[in-house]
Amino acid sequence: MLGIEPLTAEQITFLLDQAKPLQQIQLHPLKKLATLRGKSAALAFFEPSTRTRISFATAAARMGADTMNLQAEASSLRKGESLLDTVRTLDAMKPDCIVMRHSSSGAPHFVAERIEIPVINAGDGTHEHPTQALLDALTIRDRRETLAGLNVTILGDVQHSRVARSNIQLLGKFGCRFTLCGPAMWLPRELECLAPPGSSIRRVARIEEALEGADVVLVLRVQQERHNEPALALDEYVLLYQLTPERLRRARPDALVLHPGPMVRGLEIDPAVADGPQSCVLEQVTNGLAVRMALLLVLMLGAPGDANDAMKGFSDAAD
Amino acid sequence: MRVVEKSQLMSATEIDRTIQRLAHEIVEKTGGTTNLALIGIRRRGVPLAQRIAQAMRGIDGVDVPVGTLDITLYRDDLSMIAEQPVVQSSEITFGVDDKDLILVDDVLYTGRTIRAAMNGLFDLGRPRRVRLCVLIDRGHRELPIESTFIGRSVQTSDMEIIEVRLNEVDREERVMLVERVP
Repeated sequence: MLGIEPLTAEQITFLLDQAKPLQQIQLHPLKKLATLRGKSAALAFFEPSTRTRISFATAAARMGADTMNLQAEASSLRKGESLLDTVRTLDAMKPDCIVMRHSSSGAPHFVAERIEIPVINAGDGTHEHPTQALLDALTIRDRRETLAGLNVTILGDVQHSRVARSNIQLLGKFGCRFTLCGPAMWLPRELECLAPPGSSIRRVARIEEALEGADVVLVLRVQQERHNEPALALDEYVLLYQLTPERLRRARPDALVLHPGPMVRGLEIDPAVADGPQSCVLEQVTNGLAVRMALLLVLMLGAPGDANDAMKGFSDAAD
Repeated sequence: MRVVEKSQLMSATEIDRTIQRLAHEIVEKTGGTTNLALIGIRRRGVPLAQRIAQAMRGIDGVDVPVGTLDITLYRDDLSMIAEQPVVQSSEITFGVDDKDLILVDDVLYTGRTIRAAMNGLFDLGRPRRVRLCVLIDRGHRELPIESTFIGRSVQTSDMEIIEVRLNEVDREERVMLVERVP
């Protein structure tokens, strides 16, 4: 599971359908299943992460699987070990899958080609964050019944956002139309080429215009750690691009507001919007568990051997 | 491997009569139906549970809640089956704490399905009592599990399969005994 891009709409639908019954588990008085008992997932986070790591660890625990934790700060990477050697060492402890986050785009692909067990991309550089897109899709589908043909507005630093890329790949396969809005330096023309067939991407300078008629508003975090050159001043960003209640009124009255977190109140989003009835922020977090539980289930109980076979099995099993 | 039909065990009328009888038995043996609830095991236990509940309404207006349980996550053979397991929703809208529950399924065979169902049930709470109701008991148990309410007991060999066909799922209504032929 390296990205959304190679998946078909049917495979995505199958995964979301599998996540659906797992949402119920979060409401049970006894939340621990034994389905993946005896399996273990290695969580290899080469980039700081709190929520995604906790979400994967909790998802694994609720499915009954054990986790092996590797954190960049505490690991031998600091001592000069190569990525491949670190991963091979983890692999030698015989986990059943590796969940991996890395600051370099493509790092999970590099690893997946060199080990036998499934690799789940938990975010690679500015490339993809597939489980985030899946949990966003589950959240939207729960409130909207369908993903087909929605108007999706993405606000902020699209260029550096793996969340935006995975969302465009996912929702684009269902024919959604995207409007991107943010500082021009974060919205290069090349982004328009990301649109999968059947979807479209337009770039809009003014936030009021970008929100017009939106079904879904995806607010991105201002990722100051990924910017090499000085970005524009934060107070200017607030003035021009913050999602405020007044601006949100341009969108459809039932438009959903999504944010991948961590959210900076008062910067990219007004607290009144973050806590408002249209905000899905906490649903997203809860749905993240269900989506990751489903993915672990599908990948760790799939056909032994080639992990890709398990993915191929999706569409057959959905019939 | 193909299968051949050996005989019909129940017609549509016989299935209906059996459900009526099971509903009566449940009411008689329960003594007060206030806490009673039925849980149908996916897939064919679900329409059976609904029909039994419907029949109980006809007996003395007893209105018994019906839930649906999917046991996929609780199976003990998931890592052995070749195909991708497909998980479906369970729909139990009432609390199971202190409830008098009856699990409903079409065929009782090894008992492993019922073991899985009980695990799933106990994740939801602590029922006061759990009993089992099946349309067909075909023997060959691998676990110490027996049914309180049985539509019909059938002697079978392990090459034989009981096929329960219900209108809601299969658009036909009968129970057959079929045999695997190598």
